[in-house]
Amino acid sequence: MQNIQTARGARSKVRHRIRLSTGDRVYLGVVYAFLILFVLIVLYPLLYVVSCSFSSPEALVSGRVFFLPVEPGLQGYKAVFQNPQVWSGYYNSIIYTVSGTLVSTVVTMVGGYVLSRREFKMRGVLTALFTFTMFFNGGTMPTYLLIKNLHMLDTIWAIILPGAFSVWLGVIARTYIQSNIPEELYESACLDGGDYFQHFLRIVLPLSKPILAVLALNFATGHWNSYFSAMIYLSDPDKFPLQIILRNILIQNTVDFTSISSMDVTNLVEKQYLAELLKYSLIIISSIPLLIVYPFIQKYFIKGIMVGSIKG
Amino acid sequence: MVSTAASKRPGVFRRWFLSRSMWQLYLLAAIPTAFIIIFNYLPMGGVLIAFKDYSIRKGIFGSDWAGLKYFDQLFSTPIFPDILKNTIILSLYSLIVGFPFPIILALAFNELRNGRVKKIAQTITFAPYFVSTVVVVSILMQVFSYRYGVVNAVIKMLGGEAIDFVGSSSFFRPAYVWSGVWQSAGYNSILYIAALSGIDVSLYEAASIDGASKLQKLWHIDLPGIRPTIIITLILNTGNVLSVGFEKVYLMQNSVNYGVSEIISTYVYKVGIEQAQFSFSTAVGLFNSVVNCVILFAVNWIAGRVSETSLF
Repeated sequence: MQNIQTARGARSKVRHRIRLSTGDRVYLGVVYAFLILFVLIVLYPLLYVVSCSFSSPEALVSGRVFFLPVEPGLQGYKAVFQNPQVWSGYYNSIIYTVSGTLVSTVVTMVGGYVLSRREFKMRGVLTALFTFTMFFNGGTMPTYLLIKNLHMLDTIWAIILPGAFSVWLGVIARTYIQSNIPEELYESACLDGGDYFQHFLRIVLPLSKPILAVLALNFATGHWNSYFSAMIYLSDPDKFPLQIILRNILIQNTVDFTSISSMDVTNLVEKQYLAELLKYSLIIISSIPLLIVYPFIQKYFIKGIMVGSIKG
Repeated sequence: MVSTAASKRPGVFRRWFLSRSMWQLYLLAAIPTAFIIIFNYLPMGGVLIAFKDYSIRKGIFGSDWAGLKYFDQLFSTPIFPDILKNTIILSLYSLIVGFPFPIILALAFNELRNGRVKKIAQTITFAPYFVSTVVVVSILMQVFSYRYGVVNAVIKMLGGEAIDFVGSSSFFRPAYVWSGVWQSAGYNSILYIAALSGIDVSLYEAASIDGASKLQKLWHIDLPGIRPTIIITLILNTGNVLSVGFEKVYLMQNSVNYGVSEIISTYVYKVGIEQAQFSFSTAVGLFNSVVNCVILFAVNWIAGRVSETSLF
């Protein structure tokens, strides 16, 4: 009897202690140790960046920050806020993210709906047409030339249009519609004299809120975090999104000293220290939108993966 | 009940309804199809310029044919073997480390009994997925920085000599691969966690009655239970062997690690966008896409033979 273990569903209900064999105890010990170690490894760099961003430049540069902020202050944040590039990048990123998410979600949802209609004769052809693009593409150069020929270089369209229809998210939307919206509702729409537009707008969309959230959040984080299309399609610095600004400051080390010099820091060494500190504050500021919504959106991402994993 | 009435005689209503508003479905379908054709298929047609001496003035169709000139040029480029080697090593390294890790993580999470602990641990390991590539690379560079990095601060505290990680070429590959694990292992594990939760509880109960140890259950129930998921993911991952993400590699590239970090996609970008060798760059990209496609179908075929699970 002592070996009978409760599994899964029963686990929470049956609370009596189960005696584990030595082998099982060693095994669980290893598993827990692995998990604790991995969680700490994931957590530490994030914690480190936050702590650094609130430390003083001297403490940071002299390598005294390990876990918690040392000589806490907001100098790094002040320096970031005085940088006009960061603001324009922030503004552009918000514009690209909002409009890109809107366009992508609409197009992808329409695609998912069309693919979900079993009586649609073109369904098979379109599925094949769409799926093929997941495995083969024209490559960077032809896409670039296309954007150039469409006169979309250096415009917002180059950022939001090329990836607007996501095939795998469209397939996820299709799977969701097929398995969650009963066909009877469609029949009743027919009887009420409805048509496909009405079926889509009045029945499918209101019942698809969870999957709309999945799509919107995937597109929004994608747009907020991407730098590649901005790097190749945009050349006007006033149109750069935040990630490009971040790349210039964080990775290419091009801190605009004029913005820092307006503060009462005269020593060049100190400026350099501040430039180092500014990086951490900048990382935090750029990630704030995601940090705020992360706890709320996490479940939608999980949901997206779950729906996507159903083979259909 | 409208629905019962409709389900008794679906044909009549449906046929009438369909003939009346089918055009709307075609109209809806035209939206995503237009996006796919313009932004995915037109560039595929654009690969023609790999076989032409493309000039912007003459356009794709007006340019003169060049035959396989640019492929000859590619295969005779002195650094091409190195680039190919770098690409393969980097992606195999990522695959060998990055593929099993989420599976191990999911199996470990599966052993956690406490629902709250499990949820918190998952939320933490999932978080880095939302951090942008630019930020991941800059965190990496800050943490391992020669002068200010925390790793070197610890080394110095322990009495060692500071190591110039970022400025050494042997740092690039492990840094690329393990920062990838850091960022996406938690996210990728969700798929397997979902698959694990779908395993029939009675299997575990039966195994317990037979006196199976936890390790035996892992081997005989958990792993076979998620085998289809593992195989599908593996096929998709191996299909991308030559398309190692451009974004992160490009950001991590510097003059020191160039010898190991130059891969096909960064090379395409450099000769194409920076040096404006449109035809040559397209030829390189096309070579990459074709090899990817071939590998994908080969692995899919092998997987279908060996395990009866395959994509198509």
